[in-house]
Amino acid sequence: MQKALLEVHNLTKIFPGIRALDDVHLSILSGEVHALIGENGAGKSTLVKILTGVYIPTSGVIELEGKPIAFKSAIEAQAAGIVAIHQEASMFPELSVTENIYMGHHLRSKRTRKIDWKAMTEHTRVLLAQMQLDIDPDTLVKNLSVAQRHMVEISKALSLDAKLVIMDEPTSALTGREVEDLFRIVRELRDSGKAILFISHKFAEIFEICDYFTVLRDGQYIGEGKVAETNEDAIIQMMIGRSIDQMYPDHKTQMGEKILEVRGLSQLGAFKDVSFDLHRGEILGLFGLVGAGRTEVVRTIFGIDKASSGSMSIDGKPYKPRSPQDAMQRGLALVPEDRQKQGLVLRMSLTHNISLPMLTTLCWKGLVTKNRCEKTYVEKQGNEMEIKAAGYHVDAETLSGGNQQKVVLAKWIGTDPKILILDEPTKGIDVATKAAVHDFVAEMADRGVAVILISSELPEVMGMADRVMVMHEGIQTGFIDRKDLSADLVMRYAIKEIEEKPHA
Amino acid sequence: MPDNSFSQFIRRTLARREATLMLLLVVLLVPISIRSPQFLSPKNINTILNDMAILVIVAIGQFYVILSGGIDLSVGSVIAFTGMACGMINESFPQVPVGLLLLVGMGIGAFLGLVNGMLVAYGKIPPIITTLGTMSIFRGMTFLLSKGTWVTAHEMTDSYIALPRTTFLGISYLLWIALFVIAIFYYFSRYTRTGREIYAIGGNPTAAKFVGVNENRTRLVVFLISGTLCGLAGSLWTARYASAVNEMATGFEMQAVAACVLGGVNFSGGAGGIIGVALGTLFLGVVTNALPVIYLSVFWQTFVQGLIVLIALALNTISDQRKTKKLLAQRRA
Repeated sequence: MQKALLEVHNLTKIFPGIRALDDVHLSILSGEVHALIGENGAGKSTLVKILTGVYIPTSGVIELEGKPIAFKSAIEAQAAGIVAIHQEASMFPELSVTENIYMGHHLRSKRTRKIDWKAMTEHTRVLLAQMQLDIDPDTLVKNLSVAQRHMVEISKALSLDAKLVIMDEPTSALTGREVEDLFRIVRELRDSGKAILFISHKFAEIFEICDYFTVLRDGQYIGEGKVAETNEDAIIQMMIGRSIDQMYPDHKTQMGEKILEVRGLSQLGAFKDVSFDLHRGEILGLFGLVGAGRTEVVRTIFGIDKASSGSMSIDGKPYKPRSPQDAMQRGLALVPEDRQKQGLVLRMSLTHNISLPMLTTLCWKGLVTKNRCEKTYVEKQGNEMEIKAAGYHVDAETLSGGNQQKVVLAKWIGTDPKILILDEPTKGIDVATKAAVHDFVAEMADRGVAVILISSELPEVMGMADRVMVMHEGIQTGFIDRKDLSADLVMRYAIKEIEEKPHA
Repeated sequence: MPDNSFSQFIRRTLARREATLMLLLVVLLVPISIRSPQFLSPKNINTILNDMAILVIVAIGQFYVILSGGIDLSVGSVIAFTGMACGMINESFPQVPVGLLLLVGMGIGAFLGLVNGMLVAYGKIPPIITTLGTMSIFRGMTFLLSKGTWVTAHEMTDSYIALPRTTFLGISYLLWIALFVIAIFYYFSRYTRTGREIYAIGGNPTAAKFVGVNENRTRLVVFLISGTLCGLAGSLWTARYASAVNEMATGFEMQAVAACVLGGVNFSGGAGGIIGVALGTLFLGVVTNALPVIYLSVFWQTFVQGLIVLIALALNTISDQRKTKKLLAQRRA
């Protein structure tokens, strides 16, 4: 039996209010490609961040080559031989490819300590040639395509001579040929005895490149096995686990008349040719992997961004929003994805947060608000959402994530929307609040509100939506009715394995 | 393919800010020298260069602070304090050699820069606020030090006053010092790890931490450099203008920032170079000196400087936006 390169036992990470990792196990051998599988929110990125020294675990043991390790910083992890390939976020756009690879460990002449640009450029040239990349080492990274940037990041990991290379969704921005190049490199790394932890949503890739897999769900270790001895259905079963029907509120579709019609909506560089109808009382799920363009679509519908082409109408009348104010006047409400940045004014009281969208209509007499009227209104909305707080005068930043989300919802239902758009409403909140949010969404639909629900969590979409629209890299790839809904089908559309003409 | 790499070289050179600035300088100089042939006389060129020598020293210090994503508003006050201190030392202890006087100036400047740096790096106060505060404090310290009085030319030693005017190989010591500072910091930016790490911190602080750049130390270093160079500039200022007055170098931060912006230094940090800053300073000098040639009074000087900065900033922003758009379109064709 081969000795494991990396062993993780009973690893737990608790953030205020949430158990991100709960008693997780992971064992990686040298010379294997190990798939880490799980939905968004399953705890994969938390695990990666612990392995790379970004987070410190609450409890548990990590052993590298038999020796226990406890990284205090990203640099320590790198020095120990664990290198993660980050996304674009970790590059220096204004600097050259060479320097992006060597930042932090510039090569220097031994005698004068002067940076040896010639040697660094030469090494970079060799690395890029190994990757069969036709890039000049002196090119500034800001002038590279996304795929090229990604390949440069991989070159950087190679230059660091890592023992364990962690690749988080490495193919998401790559074309077919580039993916082949990447896989060739992954195999070379594996054959040279390095371990690769490979995170991907694409089953085809997992089955092509990975030897072994570990599945996480809701921060817990679910199982592991040899990729050759399993199949897609079994893995999906492990990822989703529970029976979906029992988890979600019973929402009886009373699909009313058409309210919103979207035709050929496009925005240059973000999404293309999106068309659908939305009816009163229905919940339309909008599914896709990160970067599919879902948020961009609803931002455009809500008048935040301008469409480059296409048309929309509400109740048969043309709808061309030029600002969120236009959208709100026509009965739309948007609960944005990032509640801390876009949904709340963190340093303002709950009262003022909740009454914010109503300020122009509610409680005004001349230039001043009528405090009592505002208070009554806020309490009514707040009680409906069962917000847990010391009072409505406290600042929004003092609340837990779940309660913050309730404040955002309370703020918007007050506007009495006809169309409610929710962007990842349960991201990063605890199970109990999640259920409350789900109940709320179902209730809104039962009241006749048309709901668009964006979610990256497959079970949520499956459990809540009447119909699901799936997007992949800015293109609408599928439209599925509830009766045909299966996790497998949604996933296949999301990773675009099925080529089918979308219909509205 | 040598042909390919040559055309690449040409394209890359033309794309650089430095090349654009050179071109603009030439374009600017042609009509000016037609109108006034004396403008390009060796004597006038020498005047412009000497006028700009102190500015380029200060602008280089400002460059590192902007490169790290900050700004140093206190440069004028640091110059005033060190200039006053050097003038008073020269008055009270005429036996102190001039070289030592410059070193003392740099030492005092370094200490004031250290104060700025500590507040920013460890006090976590944003640079603009920190230096807005110290701008007043250092200026106030100048008044307290001098008790409101001046140091005039006849109270200073001849050797100190002569320093900027003495020439070596036909070039003034003042200009030699400026050229020396340019050379040292060109090397620092290009060939030392700390120099490169300033680019990293300004370009992407998160990523810089991932690769082990010590953020606090780097932020401290940029203010230390700025302070030291302002100290040097202060001691030279007193000699050049043969007096130390409390109001000296008021508003000089504006010119230092202008030189950087003109030189293509990215205001959000992470991009720019020493040669660009030197050319930006020269450009500013030519424009300022050319005003009388085009019959604009010197009263227009500040106005025109401000205008140039705004235009340069607008151009930087527009070219950045166009690049981003092009990349986006490539990404999802």
